Amino acid sequence: MNEPKIHVKDFDFFYGASKVLHGISMDIPDRQVTALIGPSGCGKSTFVRSINRMNDIIPDARGTGTILIDGKNVYGRDTDVVALRRRVGMVFQKSNPFPKSIFENVAYGLRINGGGSKREMAEIVERSLRRAALWEEVKDRLHSSAFALSGGQQQRLCIARALAVDPEILLMDEPASALDPIATTKIEELIYELKSNYTIVIVTHNMQQAARVSDKTAFFMMGRLVELGDTKTMFMTPKEKMTEDYVTGRFG
Amino acid sequence: MTSTSLRRRLVSRAAEAFCAVSVVIALLPLALILFYVVKEGIGALNADFFTKMPKPVGEAGGGMANAIAGTLILIAIAAGFAVPAGVICGIHLSEYPKSAFSTIVRFAADVLNGVPSIVVGIFVYGILVLPVKRFSALSGGVALGILMLPIVIRTTEELLRLVPAGLREGALALGATRSRAIFTVILPAALPGILTGILVALARVAGETAPLLFTAFNNRYWSTSLTQPIASLTVQVFTYAISPYEDWHRQAWAGAFLLVMMILVLSIAARLAVRRLERMNRP
Repeated sequence: MNEPKIHVKDFDFFYGASKVLHGISMDIPDRQVTALIGPSGCGKSTFVRSINRMNDIIPDARGTGTILIDGKNVYGRDTDVVALRRRVGMVFQKSNPFPKSIFENVAYGLRINGGGSKREMAEIVERSLRRAALWEEVKDRLHSSAFALSGGQQQRLCIARALAVDPEILLMDEPASALDPIATTKIEELIYELKSNYTIVIVTHNMQQAARVSDKTAFFMMGRLVELGDTKTMFMTPKEKMTEDYVTGRFG
Repeated sequence: MTSTSLRRRLVSRAAEAFCAVSVVIALLPLALILFYVVKEGIGALNADFFTKMPKPVGEAGGGMANAIAGTLILIAIAAGFAVPAGVICGIHLSEYPKSAFSTIVRFAADVLNGVPSIVVGIFVYGILVLPVKRFSALSGGVALGILMLPIVIRTTEELLRLVPAGLREGALALGATRSRAIFTVILPAALPGILTGILVALARVAGETAPLLFTAFNNRYWSTSLTQPIASLTVQVFTYAISPYEDWHRQAWAGAFLLVMMILVLSIAARLAVRRLERMNRP
């Protein structure tokens, strides 16, 4: 197998004095979907937000240990956080379109990266919306407000927005938990489509979703990584008793 | 019907009556002021009022063209410095809510908000009028600006804090710098509310008289110079109202009416602007 895209070694994370992640070590493979599962408060969201350093904006939060992307330390002293976040896109649990038009939402990442000609922008916006399977629904109203879209469409818009800057990694923090089953299915199909081009890490509470979309699954519990393995193995024949109890719904 | 249920109904009626009386007490002064100003003012308003200069003492006729222009110039100066300074201050307060500096600024803004406007007038008189020994439009505008400042600061801060954290995260996750996120996403999201705050502050200072007495003073002639004394609607209304001339009283009413209308127009403009912006912003 190829080199892992993301290599994590002995990663701890603190909010003030409380330690929420304990010595996480795992490899996340390139161009596959890795699902993070576990009960609420187990640290999976904190972990995924550590990969693009979104936790930096929380006062008193700090991480120690190593997270390497393509061999380069995310928490290195000379890491350019802004450049890092351009390589590592993120989709949040609550869709968060900007108070701008549909077009401007997708173009936002391009504009802050220096923009481009009008034509290039229009092309990239179209391509991103197509990749996010939203183009057909919005092509006639690109300049109306993003808030006019339904919840599921808004979330796909946020995915399109993240894709527009051409990231290598896509972090998804419960991207479908606020959506109805139909919209969820669309997002899942989309994840399946996207994995040929992107390394995807998805946090989910929905076990079936993890089983459907992911290649690897990591089970978190109380800030520790309990088990990591191929999704099939994790759901059929997990090594740990705790994993088995969780995936079969015996607790959590 | 039991006695408790009867009692409950009586208490309910009494409470309703109390609310109704309160509403009347609250609205009556406003209604009376508007009624009076409109009744006395609308008849005195004519084309001359807008286009003519004041006539010499004793002569009937003339208008307040200079005072209308003066008031517009004064509030333009006030907004010119209070809006950028206040908005930037508000951004700082919402971005660094807990820093010692923010605590001091917030406290200072609240104190400034409570300072009587005449004190602000005297202060500006001390720093901008006395040194050059001349009343000026500039000093009047600055005095009004100082009065606007705390309102703009606090509205900006409050409204920026209402912007959902998810928007900021969304922008940062795309590789926006902090300042970029503020100016391209967070500030635009809060803009409708901030704009309303600014217009409310403008409407408030447009009606100020006291701080102008020591600063802009008054001017019987047409002047748009920033370094010369300048007329304003409020001071003109004040001067005319305390004069012994019937015709000046009439014009004072017209001036008061115009002031009320200006504030009404500002408020309506604020509403319309907000509605337009919100069409894009509605979550």
